[in-house]
Amino acid sequence: MITIQWVFFLVGAMFAAWAVLSAFDLTNSKRFGNAAFWALVALSLLAGTWLGDLANGCLVLGLAALASLNLIGRSKPATGEEERAAAGALHGNRLFLPILIVLVTAVAGTLLYLYTPLHQTGLFQANRETFVLLCLGVLLALAVIFVWLKPPPLAPLQEGRRLIDAVGWAAVLPMMLAALGLVLAETGVGRTIGELVLAVIPEGSVLPAVIAYGLGMALLTILTGNAFAAFPVMATAIGVPLLIQGYHGDPAVVGAVGMLAGFCGTLMTPMAANFNLVPSALLELKDPNGVIKAQIGTAIPLLAVNIALIYFLAF
Amino acid sequence: MNQYLPLLGIVIVILGFALRLNPMLVVPVAALATGLLAGMDVVEVVSKLGKAFNDSRIIAIPWIVLPVIGLLERYGLQQRARVVISGFRAATAGRLLILYLLYRQMISAIGLHSTAGHPQTVRPLVAPMAVAAAETRGALDEETSDKVKAYAAATDNVGLFFGEDIFFAIGSIVLIQQTLEAYRIQLSPLELAVWAIPTAIAAFLIHSTRLLLLDRSLGRARRP
Repeated sequence: MITIQWVFFLVGAMFAAWAVLSAFDLTNSKRFGNAAFWALVALSLLAGTWLGDLANGCLVLGLAALASLNLIGRSKPATGEEERAAAGALHGNRLFLPILIVLVTAVAGTLLYLYTPLHQTGLFQANRETFVLLCLGVLLALAVIFVWLKPPPLAPLQEGRRLIDAVGWAAVLPMMLAALGLVLAETGVGRTIGELVLAVIPEGSVLPAVIAYGLGMALLTILTGNAFAAFPVMATAIGVPLLIQGYHGDPAVVGAVGMLAGFCGTLMTPMAANFNLVPSALLELKDPNGVIKAQIGTAIPLLAVNIALIYFLAF
Repeated sequence: MNQYLPLLGIVIVILGFALRLNPMLVVPVAALATGLLAGMDVVEVVSKLGKAFNDSRIIAIPWIVLPVIGLLERYGLQQRARVVISGFRAATAGRLLILYLLYRQMISAIGLHSTAGHPQTVRPLVAPMAVAAAETRGALDEETSDKVKAYAAATDNVGLFFGEDIFFAIGSIVLIQQTLEAYRIQLSPLELAVWAIPTAIAAFLIHSTRLLLLDRSLGRARRP
């Protein structure tokens, strides 16, 4: 069976190659910082399963130290804008083919595997099929590019490194925030906030309780960056005791739409780095909060809609 | 009073982001402070950090597409994406992003949410195409082109968040089910997933409206 560990090995090998190439990149004055940073990420992916919690924790502190001491720099692209425009004109729309190979392998492959007798072979680890197929698509696309365009052998790694350097430490911030989320959950911080919210609701009427539940989901998600962390807290504090048991709301609506109210919070917080800060870095935007600013106008009205949906559909 | 002490961790995070300190410093410091204030020892907190980091490595997998994207960019992918879009006179940034929003919600609703995303689709295709569509009506300054790119990333997020919960086998549906089961409330994933549909429609309508407004503001910015 192909498990997620195989995928970790492949992605880890890629980060390891980036570490080595970074060390030899004379255009980057912080090349050893980059090399050390990507080497630690590679170590986590390759060996994290066996390192043990404490060693993994030290690895996390190492990443944090390298990033916060500003020891990571950026590499320079090998080709310029004009060269690329000329190459684009030369190769035409066939340039989209390799991306399509990646997307179609992942999409069609997953559908084919899950909805035909193929899944009975147990070839892929359950629920991880898409990740394995995404990697397979990448390898296929690279093979096609090598046959067609004959790039220098190291080119895919060097070009990939150019992009990951543009993202920089933001690439591992989401995992860092997941770690913070766990500590917050285990120390009961969410529960304390839930109790504080509960304390301000007037007793005996449904609407204020619904509003507190919806806003609480969004607010707690903004603070922790994760609606998954907020949901059990708000369900325990308000959702179950007040809305479901107290006012007899439909539990399916309270649960499902409550979670979606939390997702509105995800759109508004830098704590959800994976969705909000990483793309700013990946798209090389000047303002790291640019994506959040583009989302607030959708998030706030949608949060109001979610609160209204709970009020009208659950009661 | 003791139960309020670990809240200091949240305060550190808020202050850190407000003061624009490096989040890679703020986040581990907040985690350490929270754990220590709650009475854990250093080894325990560091171990917890390590375990949670290790358990969330799946987040790093989509970076696997970077070599393909980078290589194609070397051969002019972004420039080509612009040429293609500029051939469609009716294309605008807003209309293009509405199409992508629909696509993103639909593939997420059938469980294929990890086939698209910021590295997979936004950087190589959606963002350059949206910028190109906006540029068919005149050149953009850097600030405006950043704004269009930010909307491209935002559209991916909105499509993902308000599409994926329609798929019954997604993590958040399982979490809702398990949380409520602790109170002896039995729900099937399908019963929960249908209630994601009204919000999905509302998200599409609200965000599409904003994308059309984006088109209007882009048009206005260019008129003298």
